[in-house]
Amino acid sequence: MEAIYTAIPLASLFGAIVAGLFGKKIGRAGAHWVTILGVAVAFLLSVVVAYDVMSNGNTYNGTVYTWAVIGDIRFEVGFLLDNLSTMMMLVVTFVSLMVHIYTIGYMHEDPGYQRFFSYISLFTFSMLMLVMSNNFMQLFFGWEAVGLVSYLLIGFWFKKETAIFANMKAFLVNRVGDFGFLLGIAAIVTFYQTLDYQEVFDVLHIAKSPLVLLPGVETELLTFIAVCLFIGAMGKSAQVPLHVWLPDSMEGPTPISALIHAATMVTAGIFMVARMSPIFEMSDTALNLILVVGATTAFFMGLIGVVQNDIKRVVAYSTLSQLGYMTVALGASAYSAAVFHLMTHAFFKALLFLAAGSVIIAMHHEQDIRKMGGLKKYMPITYWTSLIGSLALIGFPGFSGFFSKDLIIEAVHHSDQAAAGYAYVLVLLGVFVTAFYSFRMFFLVFHGEERMDDHTMHHLHESPWVVTLPLIMLAIPSVLAGYFLDPMVVGDFFKGVIHVNDQAHGFVKEDNPLVSAHLSIQEISAGYHGVMGFILHGLMAPPFWLAMSGLAAAWYVYMKNDSIADWAYERFRWLHSLLDNKYYVDDFNQKVFAKGSLNLGNSLWSLGERLVIDGLIVNGSAKVVGWFAGVARHLQTGYLYHYAFSMVVGILLMITWFLFFN
Amino acid sequence: MLDLPILSFLIWLPVIGGIGVLIVGDRFGAKQFALGIALLTFLFSLPLYGSFDRSTAAMQFVEFLPWVETFRINYHLGVDGISMPLILLNTFITVLVVIAGWEVIKYRVSQYMAAFLVMEGLVNGVFASLDAMLFYIFFEAMLIPLFLIIGVWGGSRRVYASFKFFLYTFFGSVFLLISLIYLYQLGGSFAVADLQKLPIERMPQILIFLSFLLAFGVKVPMWPVHTWLPDAHVEAPTGGSVILAAITLKVGGYAFLRFALPIVPDAAAQLDWLVLLMSLTAVVYIGFVALVQQDMKKLVAYSSIAHMGFVTLGFFLVYSIAEFAQGNTGANMSAAIMAVQGGMVQMVSHGFISGAMFLCIGVLYDRMHTREINAYGGVVNRMPVFAAFYVLFAMANTGLPGTSGFVGEFLVILASFSTNNVWIAMLAATTLIVGAAYTLWLVKRVIFGDIKNSAVAELQDINQREFIMLALLAGAVLLLGIWPQPLTDVMEVSIENLLVQALQSKVCIGAPVGGCL
Repeated sequence: MEAIYTAIPLASLFGAIVAGLFGKKIGRAGAHWVTILGVAVAFLLSVVVAYDVMSNGNTYNGTVYTWAVIGDIRFEVGFLLDNLSTMMMLVVTFVSLMVHIYTIGYMHEDPGYQRFFSYISLFTFSMLMLVMSNNFMQLFFGWEAVGLVSYLLIGFWFKKETAIFANMKAFLVNRVGDFGFLLGIAAIVTFYQTLDYQEVFDVLHIAKSPLVLLPGVETELLTFIAVCLFIGAMGKSAQVPLHVWLPDSMEGPTPISALIHAATMVTAGIFMVARMSPIFEMSDTALNLILVVGATTAFFMGLIGVVQNDIKRVVAYSTLSQLGYMTVALGASAYSAAVFHLMTHAFFKALLFLAAGSVIIAMHHEQDIRKMGGLKKYMPITYWTSLIGSLALIGFPGFSGFFSKDLIIEAVHHSDQAAAGYAYVLVLLGVFVTAFYSFRMFFLVFHGEERMDDHTMHHLHESPWVVTLPLIMLAIPSVLAGYFLDPMVVGDFFKGVIHVNDQAHGFVKEDNPLVSAHLSIQEISAGYHGVMGFILHGLMAPPFWLAMSGLAAAWYVYMKNDSIADWAYERFRWLHSLLDNKYYVDDFNQKVFAKGSLNLGNSLWSLGERLVIDGLIVNGSAKVVGWFAGVARHLQTGYLYHYAFSMVVGILLMITWFLFFN
Repeated sequence: MLDLPILSFLIWLPVIGGIGVLIVGDRFGAKQFALGIALLTFLFSLPLYGSFDRSTAAMQFVEFLPWVETFRINYHLGVDGISMPLILLNTFITVLVVIAGWEVIKYRVSQYMAAFLVMEGLVNGVFASLDAMLFYIFFEAMLIPLFLIIGVWGGSRRVYASFKFFLYTFFGSVFLLISLIYLYQLGGSFAVADLQKLPIERMPQILIFLSFLLAFGVKVPMWPVHTWLPDAHVEAPTGGSVILAAITLKVGGYAFLRFALPIVPDAAAQLDWLVLLMSLTAVVYIGFVALVQQDMKKLVAYSSIAHMGFVTLGFFLVYSIAEFAQGNTGANMSAAIMAVQGGMVQMVSHGFISGAMFLCIGVLYDRMHTREINAYGGVVNRMPVFAAFYVLFAMANTGLPGTSGFVGEFLVILASFSTNNVWIAMLAATTLIVGAAYTLWLVKRVIFGDIKNSAVAELQDINQREFIMLALLAGAVLLLGIWPQPLTDVMEVSIENLLVQALQSKVCIGAPVGGCL
């Protein structure tokens, strides 16, 4: 089996290398065939491995090769294959395969066709390395490598000034997160002397002295590690305040928005925290921070989605908001619910993005939803699949998002953390907002009057099969994936993989005085009586009614009586401009961090480098030497009697010295 | 194994070959002759790696001839795991430099090639010397070809730059000479191994350490004695910049390991905070200075200084790590090995990456005759292959995992956490952000975007010669990033041995450094 494990990431890497280096030789069709083949192989092998791991329980934790051995510490590349990583592999390779196929249709006129296929295959490789890793170094490798591909793909259309600004911004903001992430890894290596996940988890219970940050300021070691790792997750999974790069990443082509900036890469942070659950469970401080950050992202980013008019940006803010939901679940120690939502979200959000892409092709690359409308009759497949995606997103009962989102909200409801109250209110309100912006977009795009120009309207037609097939293939799990809630969240699918301080994991409060019990999932599981019961319960719970009222409000405002939108715009103009300017976070970053760094650099350059070091010290000492030489030169007059005179004086002084002082 | 004097070969083959190139002159294929010598030297350096015994810290390939017997100066050569990789780096980079000057240098070609070959031999001498006086002679002699390279084939302000470079480094090495003479007076030997065993009192140690710091710190260069480097780089021809960044700077770092840590360990332990402070300043302060540069070469030069900050940071972390290991159960000296390994890998990797960055700038300069960042924009439209290389090297410069740039920084940052002061790690890790900022902003302005002006619109993509040299470096950068073990393995034992020496007090024999304060 080891050979198969290694073949999974290498298959996509092979495709990427061939399409990247020999793209010209193999041509466009060659490029898409070799990469699709690579990813298809990766997907099929993942299915084989997943079956082996999930059904037969053949988990694997082993080394592929040794990167370096330094002192007692082994740096290795290896795989940990258990239910969590194989589930991620399935999601990554499946969505990636769909996106590869879709790209044939979406990018078929683009001159960078081969390059694009090479990049998305490279991404698949990197993401697989990330999720399959059994150690922190490889995790960091995958973490940065997906960041690199994201950088390359956001700036894919490198002639666009906005695109190359957005990709630099994305990379730098992610690096802020990586800064924390790397420090967290450094702390782990320092205090546990290993990079291997399992070896670290095995010794976490050993008490360590607190870490001194400043004289007198101390923090628990595991809190420090957990917070540092979470800062990394905030960058990758775009949580406030490191969320700013994700909306701008929409400058990239739509297929990668679906693959990277919705389904897989941005969920790496969620995956990582779930993977590190034994660490996070040891720090209530970190969990509360996660709750606050996640809930803030979930609600406030959703609100921005309400005022966006770019079809991709609406979906992007929706992604931010959904990532916030997953983060909240992590904070409530409902890691399995977070991962479950990660999975369902991967399907329906990839679907929504690809459907948006289908609309964009039909509209000749027009992305403004105010210029669309009535597309239902022209694009039936896109319409129906979008409807499925939207219903899944808002959590309509029976659709996948319903199960995963309800579980999260329930988990927060059951959580005893101090920040759970704050989080609960925001995630509930977020449900209304989600339904509102989702169906605002849906109605504006597919229903109502046709607002596009005549030329576009005459050319409207459904997209080719390479585009619609992935939509259909993604629509299926968008509905059905939710029914996995039984093993995945309320069952013991993640037993032994995800650790929670509850009875199922042998948590005894008395033995662990430092940490509290986290019983949300345990309580939900206790109250679970079958899928139908869960749905029926959901029909009576507030999230359902909030979602329905959001949907109804969107319908009323955008289908029935659009004067309300104008009235609200006039009445709450301050709110609109606050949202339209994204709470001025971008402006703040631009002024304080970007301009601030440049000002700092300029002053160091002109004062430190040029004035003090080079001006005063280096050239100054050269000048002093020059000046001194100029003075000393006067001694060298060239007149014989001057020299004779000084010789006489010198001899006299020497004689005096010898006579009187020796 | 054959008992050939490989090290002498590696020193004198390029020197004599260089003189041969001078004699042959420009008429009969000086370039081909020089390339032949460079390739031959590179081939001769390979057995150093192949036959290297990884299990011992003792010097290997040793050669010994008495030279100036009055002062007991000997022609004593040998390498261990620390110096051997640097010799390989030198012979590899020299081949590239000869290729880089192929069509570019139009006048005094034979002299240009000869200068680089002589330089190669002298640098090999620096790394192979086991006698301090011999080391000093190579160390100084090395300045001459470099001075000529900048002064003859340099840009418009080449005279200012070459004098600044020469005086700066010469100023530093005067103190080195005084220290070596003092040590000879004390112990009656110039052999590095003897000096490493010589007991020295605390006060002389401190004075010697400070003069080492000045001599080697200028070479590295460390903040605040770094300002010669940007000027030298800007004025030097491409090949000169490559040698300067890839090879010359390594001499300073190497000398810290060979001289400062083992010869005056107590002083190093006492003043390590000073070096750490200077290194962290290099990482942070220089990073911000690099951000605002308008000249590509200056930007990469400042980035070099920041990256070399990790080298000295790694080397001088060992004392803080030792202190930390005493106070924390479970912590051990792995972190100290990691720190020095990190510094060493960073040196080799920086040789590849900075060399590649300067070659890339050279490729652009040969076409556009300007280094101003603002003159570029949208180069990728005309030079896609070149752009791919450029982005790869830029990413390596930002320390992306999978490239060699990651390995050194990663190891040093990991090690820097094993101290009692978390701020060392925090400040070191800022390179993730600042380093990425100046490098990616450079890429954005030069490579990406629409074609900015008519000059960019006429650019031709790289030719075969340029492709070969960039591809070789790309291969090295990726190989070292994906699998650094072949490098770290040969250094491991020597570094362990070095740490034993560096942590043993010479003031009170038998105690650890700082043990009997």
